Amino acid sequence: MLELSPTEWTAILLSLRVATVATVVTTPLGIAVAWLLARREFWGKALVDALVHLPLVLPPVVTGYLLLLTFGRRGPAGAWLADHLGIVFAFRWTGAALACGIMAFPLLVRPIRLSIEAVDRRLEQAAGTLGAAPWQVFLTVTLPLALPGVLAGMVLGFAKAIGEFGATITFVSNIPGETQTISSAIYSLIQTPEGDSAALRLVVVSILISMAALIASEWFARRALLRLHGN
Amino acid sequence: MLQVDVSKRLGEVVIEASFASEGRVTGLFGASGAGKTSLINMIAGLLRPDRGRISIDGETLDDTAALVHVPVHRRRIGYVFQDLRLFPHLDVRANLDYGRRRNRLADDAVQRKRVTDLLDIGHLLDRRPGRLSGGERQRVALGRALLSQPRLLLLDEPLGSLDEERKDEILPYLVRLRDEAGIPMVYVSHDASEMRQLASRIVMLQRGRVTALGGAEVLPGTPL
Repeated sequence: MLELSPTEWTAILLSLRVATVATVVTTPLGIAVAWLLARREFWGKALVDALVHLPLVLPPVVTGYLLLLTFGRRGPAGAWLADHLGIVFAFRWTGAALACGIMAFPLLVRPIRLSIEAVDRRLEQAAGTLGAAPWQVFLTVTLPLALPGVLAGMVLGFAKAIGEFGATITFVSNIPGETQTISSAIYSLIQTPEGDSAALRLVVVSILISMAALIASEWFARRALLRLHGN
Repeated sequence: MLQVDVSKRLGEVVIEASFASEGRVTGLFGASGAGKTSLINMIAGLLRPDRGRISIDGETLDDTAALVHVPVHRRRIGYVFQDLRLFPHLDVRANLDYGRRRNRLADDAVQRKRVTDLLDIGHLLDRRPGRLSGGERQRVALGRALLSQPRLLLLDEPLGSLDEERKDEILPYLVRLRDEAGIPMVYVSHDASEMRQLASRIVMLQRGRVTALGGAEVLPGTPL
């Protein structure tokens, strides 16, 4: 019933790769930012908070265009990265991952921040009196207790990355095999005569992926709760 | 030898306390709101004095004039909190082992057995704190602090949250701890009879100030 053509498979695998890389790379950064926002007072905190949330409120096409200006071949960051580290984002799948990572970042950070804020600081103090340095307190008390929020953030971020369209297509275009994700493939197919059935197949696939992500997150959350409060 | 000479403003209350104590158990005695917990939080390093000095066995932990403030995790001062604060995500074994690991102490099975026997918690090792009774939790919190091998142990109203029956259950453990563990303690309480049973030296606090220093005779209700 669901026989997929090679092009469709390519788009699906690319989407999964882009979303996975985007989530895995941004999670450590997201945890760090969430911890800063939850636990530290510093000058410019409101600005950092606003910057983190910016991709959520900006039109995606604006974010994509800003990425193109910054990380494109002739952009300041893009040129430097290409010359010195050999990393190219423009019109590559890595660029799609960058765009998805940035678009997903606010959704990743928010649940992590909330769950870190919910960790009882008195437990962190107790860890200190037992000889734990601040980084050890974070790794052995704060992070394990915030784990359900971290997983929730990762699943939300992954789901956002899978569905991202506007910023990605603006920044890295819609190149089959390189930057054509499920979303941009569906967009192309809808504009092609006879493309309807292929588009529908991809729609079914994206529903399946989203459902699987939701079920996985529910399962992780339950496991984490058991670990925290079980015997 | 613990030497404290600090002042700290906390809202309406000003703590101005000065005392030195040697001996096994120093009792910090006073009504609630007298500043007892704030004072031991300063000794533990959780609260910074506005002005003054704290030292233990000649080592300075706080000296505001010299800008010295040893961070809490380097003080090696054990703290049994009134609300216990056991780690809910770790079983009793891992709770007990926490301080040893953070301080990179060698795994000492003999010492661990001594403490778990002393407190009768050997049979609880695989349980999470959520599955313990109030008295069991209290004993695990004591064991956790002891096994980090502190040079001083702070006990903040360890019987405060327990009903009379549980108090009678825990008190003998505290007496054993005093006599067998060999660690000097600062014992905070508002209960004169607990003080009489445990403390060798009393520091009486009233509204943030030390009003009496001495043996059990300074406690209220002592026949002259």
